[in-house]
Formats: sequence, C-alpha cells, structure tokens
Amino acid sequence: MSDPGGTPAQAPVSRYRVRFAKDGPLRWVGHLDLQRVWLHTLRRAEVPLAYSAGFHPHPRLLFAASLPLGFIGRAELLELGLTERLEAGALHQRLRHCAAPGLGIEDVASVEAETPALGRGLSGFDYLVTLDPSSATTLPARIAALLATTTLPRERRRRAYDLRPLIQRLELTAEGGLSMRLSGGVGPTGRPDEVLRALGYEPADATIERRGLCFDAAAATPPSGVAAAAAPVSTPSAAPGPSPSTS
Amino acid sequence: MLSPAEIEKRLLRLLPRVEKPARYVGGELNQVVKPWARIPLRVALAFPDIYEIGMPNLGLAALYELVNQQPEMLAERVYVPWPDMQALMRADELPLFSLETRHALRDFDLVGISLPYESIYTNVLSLLALGGIPLLANARTDEDPLVLAGGHATFNPEPMADFIDAFVIGDGEEALLDVAHCLLEAKRNGAGRAQRLRALAAIDGVYVPALYDVSYHADGRVAAVDPREDGVPQQIHKRVVAVLPPPLTRPLVPNLDTVHNRVAVEIMRGCTRGCRFCHAGMVTRPVRERSVEAIVEAIDAALEATGFGEVGLLSLSSSDYSQALELVRTVAARFGSRRINISLPSLRIESFSVELMQALAGNSRRGGFTLAPEAASERMRAIINKPVATSQLLETAREIFSRGWHTIKLYFMIGHPEETLADVEAIAALCQAVLAEGRRVLGSRAKVHAGISTFVPKPHTPFQWVPCDSLEQITAKQLLLRQRLRERAIKLSWSDPHETMLEAWLARGDRRLGAVVLAAWQAGASFDAWREHFRFDLWQQAFAAAGLAPEFYTHRPRPLEERLPWEHIDAGVSQRFLREDRAWSAAQRLRDDCRERCSACGILPTFKALRAAHPGPGWKCPEVGGGAAATAAAAGAAAAGEPA
Ligand code: SF4
Repeated sequence: MSDPGGTPAQAPVSRYRVRFAKDGPLRWVGHLDLQRVWLHTLRRAEVPLAYSAGFHPHPRLLFAASLPLGFIGRAELLELGLTERLEAGALHQRLRHCAAPGLGIEDVASVEAETPALGRGLSGFDYLVTLDPSSATTLPARIAALLATTTLPRERRRRAYDLRPLIQRLELTAEGGLSMRLSGGVGPTGRPDEVLRALGYEPADATIERRGLCFDAAAATPPSGVAAAAAPVSTPSAAPGPSPSTS
Repeated sequence: MLSPAEIEKRLLRLLPRVEKPARYVGGELNQVVKPWARIPLRVALAFPDIYEIGMPNLGLAALYELVNQQPEMLAERVYVPWPDMQALMRADELPLFSLETRHALRDFDLVGISLPYESIYTNVLSLLALGGIPLLANARTDEDPLVLAGGHATFNPEPMADFIDAFVIGDGEEALLDVAHCLLEAKRNGAGRAQRLRALAAIDGVYVPALYDVSYHADGRVAAVDPREDGVPQQIHKRVVAVLPPPLTRPLVPNLDTVHNRVAVEIMRGCTRGCRFCHAGMVTRPVRERSVEAIVEAIDAALEATGFGEVGLLSLSSSDYSQALELVRTVAARFGSRRINISLPSLRIESFSVELMQALAGNSRRGGFTLAPEAASERMRAIINKPVATSQLLETAREIFSRGWHTIKLYFMIGHPEETLADVEAIAALCQAVLAEGRRVLGSRAKVHAGISTFVPKPHTPFQWVPCDSLEQITAKQLLLRQRLRERAIKLSWSDPHETMLEAWLARGDRRLGAVVLAAWQAGASFDAWREHFRFDLWQQAFAAAGLAPEFYTHRPRPLEERLPWEHIDAGVSQRFLREDRAWSAAQRLRDDCRERCSACGILPTFKALRAAHPGPGWKCPEVGGGAAATAAAAGAAAAGEPA
C-alpha cells in the first residue's frame, strides 16, 4: 500500500458538518492557526478522526472557506470525516464542551454518503460591517455613489479584476451598520475590506463579521441542519444584522 | 497610567495593523485569570522575546501554574512585542500589558523575568521601558515593581546587575514563592524599597546586586565583590529543589504556531556526564529524577487538557535517565496508538539510544536522528571529557540507518580549548564517514546534517579560565568545514561568529557591562538573537563609549588565581573541583561519569542537610552513609588526585 514506514489511509465511515463561530481571541488568528486550534479541540474531544495515508498522515478536516484574520465568523462551516458513526447531538455536546475559547459550536449535522463535498455550490458571503458611528452621516451618499458605478477595476496579488460585479448587495442597516453580500466560492471573491476602501474607509477601523455562506440553488442543497448556515443565523444581541438568506 | 479598559480600547485599534495580532490578545485555553482586585500579590512572568518563543518555555509555564495555585497570588504573562507593535505602542502611548487582564507591567508587585541565555538581554530593557518601569534598578521607587530575574544565564548576574533588583540563582520553584511571600509581607507592613531588598537578600539563593560593591584592579580585573552591610551574605549559594515538584498538567494551548506545540515534561534535572564545556551540566547538578509513574500521569493529564499531538521528554541526557527503557515502553504503549508523536532529545551515542527511539517511534521515522559528538578527534574528546570512540559512533550510525532513518543530524562545536585545524578537519572526515555508512545501507537516500556551533567558555565550568577563539579563528575554521563538506548529501549549518562574540562578552563579563548593554540598547540593539535584527556594530560602539575593550573579556586567558566576576555566586560545584578538572583537561585525562564514581565536585557537602531532609531515590549522587566524614574523605581523596 505504502512504504513500510507510512500508515495506510483510514476511509471515513461517517461525515459531519459543523457550523461554528470564530470570535474573541480567535478573531486574531489566520486560517492555518485556526486549523490547529480545531485539531486540538477535536483531540480533546477524542473525536475519532479519519486520517490520510502516508508518512505525514493528516486528518480529514474540510473548511467551506477560509476566513481572513481579523474577521469575526458567525456561521463558518467545517466537514469532518470520522472512523466511527456518532450521534450528531452527542458529537455537538462533546465539541462544545472541549472547544477552545472563541470557538462557538453552533450546530452539528451528519451528512449523507452521497452528499457532494463541502464547498460545492458556494456562491457568496454575507457580511456585516460595523463602522465608527461618526461615519454614519456620509455613508448613504457613499453607498449610492459606489452602487452607481458599473466597474471598479482593482488588483490583487498582481492580478487585475473588477470588484463591482462581485457586490451583489450593499445596504445600510437600521443600526447604521453596513450589510453586504459579495460573490465568492467558485469564481473570484469579493472582499469586504476592499469594498470599505472603495467607500473611502480604512478597513482596520471597522469590525467585519461574516454572517453567512450562500449556496447556489442549483448545487446540492447543504444537508439539514447546515442549511441554516445560509438561512437566517442567530445573531448576537448587540448587533442584529440583516437576515442573510439562501439564494 | 492607563486602566485595563483603556488599554483594551487602544489595543483593539492596533491589532488590525500588526503582523500576528494573536501575540497580543491572550485568551488561550487553560489561561488562568484571577480576580485582580481581590488578590494581594500580583506577579508578571515575562519572557524577553516574542510570544512564539516565550510561550513554550517550560520553566516559565511551571512557575505560572505554581504561582496561580497560591490563593494570595496571581501570575500573568508578558512577552516582548515585535518591532512593528513596539513602534505602534510607542506612538499610541500604549504601555506593555499582561495578556490575562491588560494591566500595565508597572502595575504588578513583582516582575519575574526569565534569562535563559545572553542574547536576550537588550530585550529585557525593551520590556522595562515599554512597561513604564525605570531601566536602572537604583532609579526605581517604592511605587515601582520589584524586578526579579532567574534562569541559567543568571549564574553570572553581573552584566545585568544594573537593571535587576534581585536574581534567583538556581532552581526557581521554591525560591520564587519565597520571594513572593517576602514581598507580600513587606507590602502588608508598608516596607519601602530598601527594606524589601534587604529582606530579599536574606532568602537562600537570592542575590541583590545593589547590596554589593565591586572593586577593580588598575588593569580592569575584578578585585573584590563585597557586601555593603552586615547580614548580607558573602556568597550566594544556588537553590536546588530536593525533589522535583509534580510536572505541569494544564499547559496553555497557544492559538498561534509557536516553536513547540507540545506537552513537555522534564524527566530529570542535572547530568552526570561532566562534559567540561557544558554550562547546564555543571550548574544543574545534582541529578534528580521524576518517577516513571509521575511522568506518565502528567502526560496523560496534559494531553487531555490540551489536545496536543506531541510529547517531548526533556532532560540534558535522556539515555541516562535510570528507567529510560521502561519509560519509553510505557509511554509508547500508553500514547503511541493515539497518533501522538513522542520525542526524546539529547540521546547518547550508543546502540541503546537507537533501541529507545525504536521503542518510542514504532514504525514512524519522522525527522532525522540527532547525535551530538561535539568533537571528532580522540584528543579533543579527552580535552572536553566527552569520550565517544569513532568506531562506536559509526556503529551507532549504521544501526540508525539500517533501522530506517534516512538522516542523521550531528552536532559539533568548534573553538574548544586547544583546538587545531586538524581537529576541525576531523569533523569533516567524521561527517563523511557517517554518510558512507548511510550510503552502504541506503544508497543515495542517506543524508547527514552537520550543525556546527561555536564554543564559549562559560562561568562555573572547568573552562571558565580559557580564552575564546577570535573572530578570525572561528571564520577560518568555518571556512575549512565549508570547503571540506561540499557533498549535496551533507547539509552544513553554523552559527554567526559575531553572535558568538556577543554571547561570550555577556556570559563572561563583569558589572561594567551594564553600561555597554544600556548603550547598545539605546542605540537600537534589540532582538539580538534574531539574525535580521542583530547589529554587531552597535555593540562595538557601545564598548567604545563605555571605555571597555571587548577582548579583555574574551581573548585573555585568565590565570587560575584571578578573581572571576561571578565568584560570589556559588553553583554548588567547588572552585577546587573546577581547577582540578581544568588540569585534567590539559593532561587529556578523562573523568568518570558520576554514577560510576563520585568526583567530590562539592554538591554533596553543599546540599547535605537538604538531602537528609528529603531522602529518596530521586537524587542520583551516591549515598554518603557517614555524612560529613565520608564526604571529607571523598574530598581528601580527590584533592590527592584520586577521587573516592
Ligand atoms: S557530588 Fe559526586 S555524584 Fe554528585 S554531582 Fe558531584 S561528582 Fe557527581
């Protein structure tokens, strides 16, 4: 199967999707570090993870989308492959009990064998941005001006792209926050910090929350329980944002 | 001073603007937050480098747990911000704060700083300055915290004596609590700074430099270090804990990738080998072990509390742990099946070590197999007292390769006393011979990694009197190795000779080096252990400004009768023993391992009472049945040239 030193793969016998929040101290870690935080959490919870084969076997953790450092995540998605079948509720309890500070376990659902891989059909993200209250007065005009443009040529990692068509929705919330839905997933990804810059704000002065992941209706519907990720999510009391909905 | 809430507010503005903001937020799993207002004594534990380096430091982690277990005390963590954050903090007037509760460093009663090596000295000044604490100890008032330092580098405390109020010499576990209790009492009595310092100086193993005067001869040599008042000890004897306290069971789990993400357990302290270049081996005597059960239980608890996937069993010479085989078998059986990677560094060069690694690793061959011959010629090995026959090394290498490891890492040191270019050539030849063994077994897959460091004669070792190699000598030796080892299968790495010089000045310096450290820091020296930040020129200028010649500290053989700057610090190993061992080195005479024969190094008489109060199998020096009589006999025999 492999070199004598390597270990054979353990095919997962079950899959689970976890909807989680990344907040508190974890707001300030990047994606690679978040993976390590998850691994430690899963080991503390003694979750029987399936591993890949080879000299450096790694467990099967699949994130729907990485969240940039500094963003708060409210409805992030992770898929786990396990070597045993567990009751989703029990797994939820175990994870919740062992989660690192800042990691909120919102929901756990088991996934049917035929369900396509997590991330398939991902089409966009909903964000809620909180700005300094003093900026609220000029915000409506700036939004209107931005939406009136037809193209916003930008460059990222030395590649040119157009930000404008990636902005699916951009509006002020009743509380003076900024709600936006940006394309992402299969094609180019719109980043809320770039939208903020286009509006004339310094992203470092804002709090950016990713409140939901949106999936194409055409693609396989996320399994029960996780559908809630794109449906309205429970929002923390202080800043009830707009309800992101499944497209 | 800013309140924690104000600090938090300013911090939030800075976090999106710095690299790796998680360094500054804390909040990790197993962090301990105690109610500040209700705790009478507050301790900040600081490591003078960034979070990723300081966080895995085992000594500080143990002290954190220990202090937080005391109902009247709390401990919080502080690391040095990276230069990007330092600049923003200065611009924003954000003081250096603790990760747990965002209190400014100067709000603590006690700031305990870890000083494991010399290249972090300037960062201590950054810590103090950013924390709002006067740099110079004599400028501090009753309002300022007491600044305490401990760690291996403090066995020569003099170069940092201007900045540190008190040093703990030796094992810190009990001494730190003694210091904290002493301060708690002083706080309750309203004792001022001078009284506090005096009270601290009365604690075993605590050195308060302000209570000593240093005088010098006209040529710059130290003449004397004298206590200023009655009741202050002439000599400070290092502290040892008679029994190693239970290992840490709830380590913090960092949210960032740090240099080690693992459960670390110190399986024993001290070393019986007596390598003459080894500072750690001399200053951590005597050997004390933890039991297999205590180690395994601690690992079990810590894995459950952390979820780490790696365990490190740490000591200076792991194969010498008396139950080594039993330990690795138990650990492998208990944790091996859980995809836990277990490492056992510092192995001796013998087939027993390969057996140990095999028992630990099962079929996994992650990383290379590391051996540290330190020298390659028989002559050199006799000089440094690390006798490993070349045939034994090659046999061990053969066994390692044939059991499936593809890479052997070999650690050597250049610059040993009396070293010639022929001795350096022997290093290259040995690397090639090891590679040849590998090729015989594995063909072109075999690899050798040679790590070459440079020897610095350290205080409290038999080599404390010898000079260091000059920059030119070191460079020539490194060049020779580079020329001889050109094969692609041999990877060569070496240390920067300029960094070695800095290490040597600071390790061997006297109290006047305080002015040099200060001037270098003021000119911008910091993060000297980081190649990209190290500025040799700033140090040279600082020496010139202080009117001192760096060579005076490094390139001058010191006569045996010279008063050394650190002689008022007693590491437990006697000067008589060190002198004798120096003479044996010159005669290329080997000394036995302590477990075969006690050399009467001074440890037994120094800690006789302590040991008698804590009998048990943990302490590995021989039992001296007759107490004073037997020890005296041993000392007498050793003085006559024949150790007992
Ligand atoms: S007293 Fe003897 S056995 Fe103990 S450390 Fe010294 S030489 Fe070794």
